[in-house]
Amino acid sequence: MQDLGIRVLFEGKNLIRLLGGLWVTLRISLLSAAISIVLGILLGMVMNRKNPITRAITRVYLEFIRIMPQLVLLFLVYFGLTKAFGINLTGETAAVIVFSIWGTAEMGDLVRGALQSIPKHQYESGKAIGLTQLQIYCYIIIPQTIRRLLPLAINLITRMIKTTSLIVLIGVVEMVKVGQQIIEANRLTVPSASLWVYAFIFFLYFIVCYPISRLSACLEKRWKN
Amino acid sequence: MDIQFISKYLPMYVEAARLTVFIAFIGILFSVLLGFICSLIRYIKIPILHKIVDIYIELSRNTPLLIQLFFLYFGLPKIGIRLSSESCAIAGLVFLGGSYMAEAFRSGLESIPNIQRESGLSIGLTKMQVFLYIILPQAVTVSIPAFSANVIFLIKETSVFSAVALADLMYVAKDLIGLYYKTDEALLMLVMAYLVILLPVSIIFTLIERKMRYAGFGNQSSF
Repeated sequence: MQDLGIRVLFEGKNLIRLLGGLWVTLRISLLSAAISIVLGILLGMVMNRKNPITRAITRVYLEFIRIMPQLVLLFLVYFGLTKAFGINLTGETAAVIVFSIWGTAEMGDLVRGALQSIPKHQYESGKAIGLTQLQIYCYIIIPQTIRRLLPLAINLITRMIKTTSLIVLIGVVEMVKVGQQIIEANRLTVPSASLWVYAFIFFLYFIVCYPISRLSACLEKRWKN
Repeated sequence: MDIQFISKYLPMYVEAARLTVFIAFIGILFSVLLGFICSLIRYIKIPILHKIVDIYIELSRNTPLLIQLFFLYFGLPKIGIRLSSESCAIAGLVFLGGSYMAEAFRSGLESIPNIQRESGLSIGLTKMQVFLYIILPQAVTVSIPAFSANVIFLIKETSVFSAVALADLMYVAKDLIGLYYKTDEALLMLVMAYLVILLPVSIIFTLIERKMRYAGFGNQSSF
């Protein structure tokens, strides 16, 4: 029975459809990752300011987003916005919005941590030799920050890809949904389809995420000192 | 906002929250155990086992919990292993959490300089004593920030259990939205429930971390 089960993956267009689903997942997660890296850098710089008001606001934003499960945030945007303001979002748009909001918070915190890890004398030495604020950031702080930040940012991308698996629960047709359709379609002819399809999806996620997390670990090791 | 509706269905949320906390507690307990064992195996480098642990950690860290759950809940019954939603949820959480906890402990163990071990050996402690009285206490305190981040992460991950038909908070909220179309109330209570569960945990860990930092552990970079 089991050697029949794997057949379902190669029947007709099943494999292509699953890979198409993977592309939907990747598109959403990479788009959200790109948005959140850009916004997160800005947020991190804002959080590093001494102004108590912006500090309080960003802090509340960060804590709220980080404490809420991403699925709850998805529900809030996908169901809540529709009901409260009558804005009709497709699942994909809602997903990109939510993951951008979440990613921005995570990235902002990483940027803040990286900026704070730069010793104060770097700023002061820059000022002492007469650089402007902008020059200090461009030539001294940012190059150093990037080395500490890049491995963490890459790591965030893998987390983003993994979290994107949640969107099947708000009805976006991505890899898992396609898998479920294939399982349903073959319910009678291939009863063990679900085992193979889910195992295949499991390994697809692994194949996508593993190289990225290896890259992050390698960069981190290389740039440690 | 319909206050009557909220008070009527509050008990459902309380029940669901209890279930969430219960599963999370059991799951985290076993994750810590599994993670500790895994990091020990890697630390001592037990020949074949440590390769297996490596593979397990990479597999579990690079795949989403939802897929792991689907595999456990819908896939495994096809080869005769039938799990209930609860045991499936706990198994999934432990599978995921074990590797995260292992990484947390590993970073703690690695951060202890070799000189500590050597000094211990040179004053005549056995290897076991060095590990128990010198390495372990320091490693555990260093890994507390990572550990606490993992606990919060794992509690958050419990929100996907509704996908395997476990009547947790998400499940109740989705039910109420579907049945009564009271989206605002259901979502508000959902957010409140997670805040009530997670905020105290987060605050307690922040306090513990501060204590550890005060003692000179926990955050080496602040020196």
